Amino acid sequence: MNAHAAIEAPVSTPPSQRYDLEMVAVSKVYQGAAAVNGVSLRIPKASYCCLLGPSGCGKSTTLRMIAGHEAATSGDILIGDRNVTDAPPADRGTSMMFQNYALFPHMSAVDNVAYSLKVRGVAKAERREKAREFLDLVRMGEFSERLPAQMSGGQQQRVALARALITRPKVLLLDEPLSALDPFLREHMRGELKRLQRDLGISFVHVTHSQDEAMALADLVVVMEAGHIRQAGAPREIFERPGTAFVARFIGGHNVLARDGRRIAVRADRCRLGSADDAVGFRGRVANVEYLGSTVRVTVAGENGVDAAALVSDETFFAAPVEIGGQATLVWAERDAHALSD
Amino acid sequence: MSWMQAAPLALVLLVFFVAPLVFVFVVSFFDYDRLAIYPAFLLDNYADVFTSSITLQLYSKTFEYAVIVEAITVAVGFLVAYFLTFHVRTTAWRIGLLVACTIPFFTSNMIRMISWMPFLGREGILNDVVLAMRLSKTPLDFLLFSDFAVIVAYVHILTMMMAAPIVNSMSKIDKALISAARDAGASEFQIVRDIVLPLSRTGVALGSALVLTQTMGDYFIVHVLSGGKSAGVVSAIATQLSAFEYPPAAASSVVLLVVVVVLVGVIFRVVDVRKELAG
Repeated sequence: MNAHAAIEAPVSTPPSQRYDLEMVAVSKVYQGAAAVNGVSLRIPKASYCCLLGPSGCGKSTTLRMIAGHEAATSGDILIGDRNVTDAPPADRGTSMMFQNYALFPHMSAVDNVAYSLKVRGVAKAERREKAREFLDLVRMGEFSERLPAQMSGGQQQRVALARALITRPKVLLLDEPLSALDPFLREHMRGELKRLQRDLGISFVHVTHSQDEAMALADLVVVMEAGHIRQAGAPREIFERPGTAFVARFIGGHNVLARDGRRIAVRADRCRLGSADDAVGFRGRVANVEYLGSTVRVTVAGENGVDAAALVSDETFFAAPVEIGGQATLVWAERDAHALSD
Repeated sequence: MSWMQAAPLALVLLVFFVAPLVFVFVVSFFDYDRLAIYPAFLLDNYADVFTSSITLQLYSKTFEYAVIVEAITVAVGFLVAYFLTFHVRTTAWRIGLLVACTIPFFTSNMIRMISWMPFLGREGILNDVVLAMRLSKTPLDFLLFSDFAVIVAYVHILTMMMAAPIVNSMSKIDKALISAARDAGASEFQIVRDIVLPLSRTGVALGSALVLTQTMGDYFIVHVLSGGKSAGVVSAIATQLSAFEYPPAAASSVVLLVVVVVLVGVIFRVVDVRKELAG
């Protein structure tokens, strides 16, 4: 599979500086069961990487191993050009933003951000000044004296981000950073994360189970399942050429169908409603029609409980609408059928 | 009809707690002689408490015990709670060790107190060991019937009372906070000082209140393990009771009650425990 896939950097760069993060055959075994199984991954300099997968796929464990909060059972982890497999969390050049932010509830925003400087023995005035700079960076300057309980979820997240960035990490690790926010704020913060990553020029590794999030943010999407990397690549590459049925289903927008004993993936937006005369197609009964505004999703239930959907423009749909319960055939161009490897 | 659910307990408290307390308060103003007590409204009993030079001695002895025991139980209780909460990894082990902590409570307090005597006594096990190891030529006398013995017994009885509320508040600390502190580069000591201690202070306050009321209200341990050499406030009250001097004993009790309530009030003023109880 594509486990080693990465966007190759220019050849002129010295090999040791091409990647911010490299994982070599990293595994984590809990009581005989592998939560992460031989994961190898290279993240090029200054890239936004999303670890994408359903819950229990090992993406969070992978992140915690990168952070050093979990010891790898085997394999090596390199950050910059240094092997940090056995290094303590603060000595890896990583910094982590926790799922529910994990702000210290008894400390003000500025003291939360300044904490890593405090434990290094930086004087109070100096560390608070530095912390204010980072609060300004995430536009939280005016809330510096508030306690976490006095802030909204979005504000807490910004403070958590500032706290993670103040250590000047090479790689910032984000564990489901947007999952606790409401949908509107989530999209807004998504933009901010991307902006920060570009401005700071460091790598972000972002764990998520939302394919939208991964598609919108990532330079490198890593799809995981059952402790393995199933596919890694640029979002467009993954969406246009999903390698397996799992990947095609998980990233969404694809129909996974059987043809000539092989499985193929066809994007729903490349399917249209044809007639029974069409040569290539998927016949069945219309199970559902969802009006989505600019598009309409028509779900067709075929034989053997296989469903497929067509995403057609509202104009096309209403020119020749179909009813739930009626017969329908989905058709697509041959070049849009994409063979899957399993 | 939610008041009906509270009614049984309210009744029990009214009959067995409030009524006796009111009775003690009333009697503290009565007159008395060697034969009987007489209803009256006299302030003489309180005047005696506040003018007697012995009162100050008794209170300073009781405070001395309370402060030393408080300091030791906070230190030991905090460490036990910290170990159980943050170092014992599996729930099964944690429950097992917590149950182990309660094993001494299977025996009555009195027996546990008296058991110190054959251990600490002049001919006791500890002295035998000291002599056998030639750490001393003569048996150590300070071990039993001394302040040392009293404090050992208090610490023995009260440490779990301190540890339990601390375990309770520590278990509410989100483990991610510890990871976050470690991620920031904090050492274990810094994590305890900056994160764990401030976030378990309500447990420390509740435990302190329990330990304080227990030490201030005790006379049995002082009496038995000091061999009658030391006396606290309650020891004096017990002496008065055995001499049938109920009104002065009642006055002393009321004064002690006020002192303890004020002290506990101060503890709860410093640390807002309502947060903790609210969960």
